[in-house]
Amino acid sequence: MDAFSLDTFDIRDYLREELLPHFMCPGCGHGIALRALLWAVHERAIPKDRLAVVCGIGCSGRVGAYIDANTFHTTHGRPLAFATGLALARPDLEVVVITGDGDCLAIGGNHLIHACRRNLNLTCLMLNNEIYGMTGGQVSPTTGEGRLTSTTPQGNAEPTFDACALAAAAGASFVGRGMTLQTAALKDLISEGLAHQGFAFIEVISDCTEIFGRKNDLGSSPEIILRQKGSMRPDTYGNVVDQPFRARAVRTGVLSRSDRPEYGAAYRAALPDSAAP
Amino acid sequence: MTGRQNLQGNQACALAAIAAGCRFFGGYPITPSSEIAERMSHELPRAGGVFIQMEDEIASMAAVIGASMGGVKAMTATSGPGFSLKQENLGYAAMTEVPCVIVNVMRGGPSTGMPTRPAQGDIMQSRWGTHGDHPIIVLTPCSVKEIYDQTIRAFNLSEVLRTPVVVLYDETIGHLVETVDLPDPASVGRAHRKWATGPREDYLPYADTGDGIPAMALPGDGYRCHTTGLTHGESGFPTQKPDEVAALMQRLLGKLDQHRAIVDQFETLHADDADVLVVAIGITARAAHRAVQQARQHGVRAGLFRPVTLWPFPEQAFRDHAARASKVLVAEMNAGQLSLEIERLCASPGKVARLTRVTGQPIGPAEILASIEDLAGHGRI
Repeated sequence: MDAFSLDTFDIRDYLREELLPHFMCPGCGHGIALRALLWAVHERAIPKDRLAVVCGIGCSGRVGAYIDANTFHTTHGRPLAFATGLALARPDLEVVVITGDGDCLAIGGNHLIHACRRNLNLTCLMLNNEIYGMTGGQVSPTTGEGRLTSTTPQGNAEPTFDACALAAAAGASFVGRGMTLQTAALKDLISEGLAHQGFAFIEVISDCTEIFGRKNDLGSSPEIILRQKGSMRPDTYGNVVDQPFRARAVRTGVLSRSDRPEYGAAYRAALPDSAAP
Repeated sequence: MTGRQNLQGNQACALAAIAAGCRFFGGYPITPSSEIAERMSHELPRAGGVFIQMEDEIASMAAVIGASMGGVKAMTATSGPGFSLKQENLGYAAMTEVPCVIVNVMRGGPSTGMPTRPAQGDIMQSRWGTHGDHPIIVLTPCSVKEIYDQTIRAFNLSEVLRTPVVVLYDETIGHLVETVDLPDPASVGRAHRKWATGPREDYLPYADTGDGIPAMALPGDGYRCHTTGLTHGESGFPTQKPDEVAALMQRLLGKLDQHRAIVDQFETLHADDADVLVVAIGITARAAHRAVQQARQHGVRAGLFRPVTLWPFPEQAFRDHAARASKVLVAEMNAGQLSLEIERLCASPGKVARLTRVTGQPIGPAEILASIEDLAGHGRI
């Protein structure tokens, strides 16, 4: 990794500036996640022409449009399936998927577990803001227990999904979690994910100040993020810290990694001799 | 594989796709279409392509569109329940104008219905299955050879017109084994979509270039475009401005009309002077063909109008033929879906009679003949 990449990284080189200002609410963490992704792309020297970003639907789904690359805003929950076709057809492209907690874990849950199992060379960023923000703040699979949303007026009675544990159990060969407060660490994580040959699943702890924060009286965005920090346990740290609304402290960093064969390469290696290009 | 073959319909479909240049197949097992996926899994690697069995019908449709967005001709195959699941992404392909081919081998419905029995119950789903107004082409072959020819045509129309194309046939046709002469794949005419060329700053991904079909940007060629199912302007970025929405929808909904000369296709038998004109597709059209010949032998002026392109329906040709007939008989293996369109196209609804069936059994020539003769006033004892 290039320790001086920040010196040469200008996010405007990677943005469609004509689309600015962006649509994200004040305090939303998705813009920081976008910055970390583009910083990592810069660090890995991935040419914009070769970068393909496939998004689903929701707030996370709208992030990709700001990237000056080949961008695809697909259907709800399906970006991993679209990306699977694109990456298999075009192994020369660097395919990144941006999805959200609802997009990836609820309507797209089946695609996630099979993408993990298949181990195709994709980097999947799941921006977790604990809510369906675009539709007005309904409960999502990662909404904390007890939380108020527009569809849990008495408080959420469902336990949350641990997306990283799910991805690892389903066979993802690279699983990591980062948070928007630690942008440089998040960049490092995404950069490692991009370099990884296989399916890299990265959960980004984002935040929804305007809808989720307001509904649950969580205060300003810095307050929310600092509270998140208190519940996080970077891989290098010690003890678990218990926090309300989180069953256990949440680990960040690279959570698991293996070097099992990448699907596309394995498929091509198994081709009959007559198929040699 | 060339020359004379004893071939099943579904197998012919797979071989035609390879000949047409299909190099990606995303599939999911479903009766009675699975032979297509199985054959593609065998053929595609040998042709340098990719076969993948996805986790569900939705994903297989998405993967096919993803591959096509990457510039590779792509296909999926399914049957009624799976076709229902593909509809959302099929609409995405229509909206984003990504070429792709969807084969639907029809079985008895609704719901799980009768997986191994033939039906023609997806006539309306193939036209209106996805939400919103959208263009779509549906081709409906009635023989093994025609499955081969129409599958190739489906790829070519899809590429040239940048629209999803459905190849729709019933289980009987899919599992029918017939002797066919396959052409040398190298001799098959392959059309390709129009690719963007020229400077990036001059390129608009959804520009109206006069023929209604914008040039497509290949990822990696430096255009770095945005593709979205949201209503978009010529730039490809979302818009809700009424004039820009109107321009997109007008072009999208009108683009097939501009090209009806290559879209419309139908076949007739004794239709020019028919007193009773039969309309049918697929295996029912094969039975109707026989019934019309028998009726002629009995002195009844019967004729057949068989749409090969089912949607958009070859309206003008049908109206011309129907105008000369006193009665129109629609024979179909559903509760009257094609009849709705035919009644719409005939000036007087009373002119149209229906012979429908939803039991999973084909409609035979004798039944169609009886209906023809009833309508012609030659009721049999």
